[in-house]
Amino acid sequence: MNALVMLGQERPLVDWTWIADNLPLIWDATLEHITLTVVSVGLGMAVSLLLTIAALRWRWMYGGILAVGGILYSIPSLAALAFLVPLFGIGATAAVITLATYTVLILVRNIMTGLDGVSEDTIEAARGQGYTERQVLLGVQIPLALPVMMAGLRVATVTVIGLVTVTALIGQGGLGQLILTGVRLLPPLPVMIVVGTVLSVVLAIVFDLALLGLGKLLTPWTRSQRSA
Amino acid sequence: MPDAMITLRDVTKQYRGTTDPAVDSLDLQINEGEIVTLVGPSGCGKTTTLKMINRIIEPTSGTITVDGVEVTSRPAHELRRSIGYVIQQIGLLPHKTIEQNLVTVPRLLGWDGDRMAARARELMDMMDLDEQLLTRWPSELSGGQRQRVGVARALAADPPVLLMDEPFGAVDPIVRRRLQRQLLDLQAELGKTIVFVTHDIDEATLLGDRVAILRVGGTLAQYASPRELLRNPANDFVTDFLGDERMLRRLSLLTIGDLDLDAGPVVDASADAAAARSAADAYDANWIGVTAQGRLQGWMWTSTLRDGRRVGDHATTAFRVRTQPSDTLRTALDAIVSSRNNVAVVEDESGYRGMVFVEQLSAELMA
Repeated sequence: MNALVMLGQERPLVDWTWIADNLPLIWDATLEHITLTVVSVGLGMAVSLLLTIAALRWRWMYGGILAVGGILYSIPSLAALAFLVPLFGIGATAAVITLATYTVLILVRNIMTGLDGVSEDTIEAARGQGYTERQVLLGVQIPLALPVMMAGLRVATVTVIGLVTVTALIGQGGLGQLILTGVRLLPPLPVMIVVGTVLSVVLAIVFDLALLGLGKLLTPWTRSQRSA
Repeated sequence: MPDAMITLRDVTKQYRGTTDPAVDSLDLQINEGEIVTLVGPSGCGKTTTLKMINRIIEPTSGTITVDGVEVTSRPAHELRRSIGYVIQQIGLLPHKTIEQNLVTVPRLLGWDGDRMAARARELMDMMDLDEQLLTRWPSELSGGQRQRVGVARALAADPPVLLMDEPFGAVDPIVRRRLQRQLLDLQAELGKTIVFVTHDIDEATLLGDRVAILRVGGTLAQYASPRELLRNPANDFVTDFLGDERMLRRLSLLTIGDLDLDAGPVVDASADAAAARSAADAYDANWIGVTAQGRLQGWMWTSTLRDGRRVGDHATTAFRVRTQPSDTLRTALDAIVSSRNNVAVVEDESGYRGMVFVEQLSAELMA
């Protein structure tokens, strides 16, 4: 009898009524999640490209950035976030800067690895035909590094989508806000946790596949390979 | 004195952190319209020399002029657009189609689209490549096809000078032969000034109007025509480098047409047995060749001749190997050693031309 009462008080994991009543809230949280992700990754990408180009110009920076990037990347994301919050504080800007900083760690490494992977012979041939240094970078090195860069972008994006739920802790969480609220309510509201989690996972998958498709679209020469 | 197209004056290249220069006070003149091959062992600075001409590598000292103008007098990328460049690794841009690759330099020079499209087709035709390949990616082509696209790309803007760095080094021997032939045919038509680096002395003597042999340390051991080089090696280094088969190499530089052909022990089918015997005796031969209407029918042993019969009434054996005036003396030697009569018979479209005997080959080599 007692157990039945307890069960009756327990709220269902999937409460369609709650979902139907709160569609605007869920929609807003999703949009915020997407916005935070896109802005952070975009900012991170821009900073990473600038850093890499600087490193290409001043070669002595190259090894340093790669080494530091490698060490920072091995730090667990939650720990990195905890470390970055005191630096940038709390709020939307702080969240974006924090997330963007984390993507830089991933992206710089990938961009550099990608650029490093471009064959010296190809670069020399391009120079030999009369490409300027800028044309070599924009017309040869960056396009040929695209597959590796896109792989980095996918990892960064998926990571950020997961991390946005954590930035709920600093007040900007998108779907993370749903999860956090669901946990903090007394009694907890499991449907909020489930909706937040499921949508976050769905977002990650959708973005990953979209970027995979975009990558294939941007690098048509990597398809239809034939061994010579 | 022919016009110099490329001149290196006292050119030295010392790489940082090395004690010995890679190229040491090199003087070299390459004339307009000739193919000069740079050959030598690894470390002789042949590639460094080549790459200093289009400033992929900058010399430590000395001056280099192309068409009378110092290469350092304008930005490197502008200089390079006026010089065709082919490397062993080919270096087609993998993210561009064959057509885009072909018109790389014209695009940099700002040609309009129609002109580039027309030029791409012209180049494919020139290199015997199927136009359907234009829309393919480089990774979809065979090694030989890629190498031909590499040569075509270098020719795209019709530069007067071509630099080729072991361009055929990575393809199999059969394809390499074909590419070498094609280059020579192309050169006969275009008359470019070509500097060609190779480590293969056979390739160097086959392609070069002149051959520059470099020794380790980047000094010139000899600079001469292939015939001169093989006939008069300037020093022991050159003799060593030319190797044990120097005489055979010389044979591959001369053609049968260069020789005064001997008529040989040959009679017309209408001749009688006695005439045939005396013709054979004149060559101390125990066989006689037979022609009819100026064409070679075959041969027979003189012991099988029957008196009173005409030569044409006898059965003859066909010559197993026949050569043409355009074949090399090396081919003639091969024909001699593989024939039962120890001669190479020579024919052209109009018929029998004569014979080559091994003595003639020795005499030619001793000359």
